[in-house]
Amino acid sequence: MAKEMREPIETGCPDPFQYMHPSMRRNFGQWAYHEHPAPGVLLHVAKNGDKLWTIKAGTQRILDVFTLRNLCDIADEYSDGHIRFTIRSNPEFFVTDESRVQPLVDKLEAEGFPVGGTQNSVTTLSHTQGWLHCDIPGTDASGVVKSMMDELIDEFRKADMPNRVHITTSCCQINCGGQGDIAINVQHTKPPKINHDLVANVCERPSVVARCPVAAIRPAMVNGKPSLEVDEKKCICCGACFPPCPPMQINDAEHSKLSIWVGGNHSNARGKPTFQKLVASGIPNNPPRWPEATAIVKRILKAYKEGAKDWERINEWVERIGWPRFFEEVELPFTKYHIDNWRGARKSLNSSTYIRF
Amino acid sequence: MAIDKYATPMLDQLESGPWPSFITGIKRLRDEHPDEGINKVTNSLLGQLEHSYETRKGYWKGGTVSVYGYGGGIIPRFSEVGHAFPESKEFHTLRVQPPAGNHYSTAMLRQMADSWEKYGSGLVTFHGQTGNIMFIGTDTKRTQHFFDEINDYGWDLGGAGPCVRTAMSCVGAARCEMSCTNEQKAHRLLVNNFTDDVHRPALPYKFKFKVSGCPNDCQNAVERADFAVIGTWRDDMKVNQDEVKNYIADKGRQYYIDNVVTRCPTNAVSLNDDDTIAINNRDCVRCMHCLNVMPKALQVGDDKGVTILIGGKRTLKIGDLMGTVVVPFKKLETEDDWESLVELAEEIIDFWAENALEHERCGEMIERIGLVNFLEGIGVEVDPNMVNHPRECSYVRMDGWDDEAVKWFDRQAEAS
Repeated sequence: MAKEMREPIETGCPDPFQYMHPSMRRNFGQWAYHEHPAPGVLLHVAKNGDKLWTIKAGTQRILDVFTLRNLCDIADEYSDGHIRFTIRSNPEFFVTDESRVQPLVDKLEAEGFPVGGTQNSVTTLSHTQGWLHCDIPGTDASGVVKSMMDELIDEFRKADMPNRVHITTSCCQINCGGQGDIAINVQHTKPPKINHDLVANVCERPSVVARCPVAAIRPAMVNGKPSLEVDEKKCICCGACFPPCPPMQINDAEHSKLSIWVGGNHSNARGKPTFQKLVASGIPNNPPRWPEATAIVKRILKAYKEGAKDWERINEWVERIGWPRFFEEVELPFTKYHIDNWRGARKSLNSSTYIRF
Repeated sequence: MAIDKYATPMLDQLESGPWPSFITGIKRLRDEHPDEGINKVTNSLLGQLEHSYETRKGYWKGGTVSVYGYGGGIIPRFSEVGHAFPESKEFHTLRVQPPAGNHYSTAMLRQMADSWEKYGSGLVTFHGQTGNIMFIGTDTKRTQHFFDEINDYGWDLGGAGPCVRTAMSCVGAARCEMSCTNEQKAHRLLVNNFTDDVHRPALPYKFKFKVSGCPNDCQNAVERADFAVIGTWRDDMKVNQDEVKNYIADKGRQYYIDNVVTRCPTNAVSLNDDDTIAINNRDCVRCMHCLNVMPKALQVGDDKGVTILIGGKRTLKIGDLMGTVVVPFKKLETEDDWESLVELAEEIIDFWAENALEHERCGEMIERIGLVNFLEGIGVEVDPNMVNHPRECSYVRMDGWDDEAVKWFDRQAEAS
């Protein structure tokens, strides 16, 4: 039976002022300065003297409605019914009376939401969907983050790193998790396995050919059917062909590994923004707790914490001590794979006599 | 018990430890939620996820699902192992645009939770990496019902596919003294001007707007946005010398020599003998470091505006690209200023849509055709702020030099 369909109302991005904490509404554009009175707590002072304490907490990010309502209950009792979420999915609660700060911190901790993630802490790993919902993931995301944050929770709560540490995870080389001081990303090591029976029906072949960054894919007849073939000597195993052509399976239980990259930093502070650099690879994709990847992350964090000066992000610390010492301190091998051969790679080579002894 | 629970020995191991567990949350929906549909779909989801953990493979495939009148905004998911886990065989995500700056009232969050319980799995994320509220897990039919309900009270879908994507902006002027613009206005004006391009994917590939209020760039705009709007200022930074002295009295002179003076990327800071600070504002590149260390003493100036960088993106397909400065400084005060910001975005998206290859991001197109061709295409004049340094290679034909030099001097004369 034909039913009249409802036309969408194309309102786009909503006006935030209707949902904003009244202190932020009142003092919009009128803030004077901020302080960091305790880990997980920020104090912003407005030009008129208004004070607003922000308390930041960690969650599992994939929220069930029970947890969401629990956050709402806490916000109703302590935060005037308002919550904001940071770019790394941490909920922020707001208090205008200093005596209410510690009770809120205690309440969040009692309800299982660790308080921290401000300034020079290891904040919540930003992550993607992984096996829970993505169509092309080489690994899980929420599980990796849960496993690592279990081990890094003290660094989330304490804020005693040299500077802030943003860690990200990504389940394929599209890298939805983004650049990070430390990034844990899937790295495939074998070319896709092609199901030639399905390619012609499922894939738009010219688009798949065009998608390959190294022109390793070409149309071919296989077993009398139109399909695609991969020049396995050229293939860089990036997996770019898999989203437009699912019969080109790139994920492999054994050969899809994890790599770790360091030094991605989007801030302009002290230096121009930087991309992350490869430091470790061949790490097993080992659910449910990925202990090998976590161990390397912890080694990097330990060396950074001990060796970096105040305010140095990981990229700046490595820049100062040099890559040879970095590899020595974190006990990672330096291999031929660390030397870039992509376009523009010459700019990453050392064309000077700057050598540290 | 009404349902047969899948055994999840691997996922169970993610319930121990101090960090909040998403598995415990999903199990609570399975075991305690009054809606039997939610019990079943989350049970099935856990079963499939356990299967992924055992086999180290994902089992979702995409498809085509949208709501009436739109072409995108939904991430369709159909299970490849739906025969074994039938209750979650359709498990689509709705991407919903958050308010600029991610502010919520609990009343609104509860209303959304109520709607989502009626039509979905009860799982939601604030927010996905593209900035959307992710309502994770519903079937094709109820996708429409859920959208109809939340659309009636003010929520709209975000972008998915080759389209203008959901935008992001920092907390900005709402709670940050470093804010150099109205981030929320920039965010909403830009993305809401392209609502049609958000909902009906017809561009070469994705196009993202991100707005950060200062060069700390908390939204990671320079690396993740095709169109990055980053606040800055061009007059002198403000210095409160009494507060400078307080900082030095507190932590000592050496701390501020080591952590402010010597860390300035252009050596624009010095400490005077009387523990006041001197800033060379002409050399200052507005990196934010000294303001970050001494927020009570050093503040952004009054002549605020934004820098616009175009073409940031991650690896696929030609390698990572940072955004490139296309507008070194733009005031955003008058309605004309704001209008011209939107016009610049229209100009860029139009040129890119015309000239990009399929699946080519704006930055990749610029890499392919060269920045100068791009600038000529969008009608923007060259500026030395666009480069780290001038050309190093002499392989270029320059018989138009005299004309170009005249243009430069004419523009200089016009500006003065």
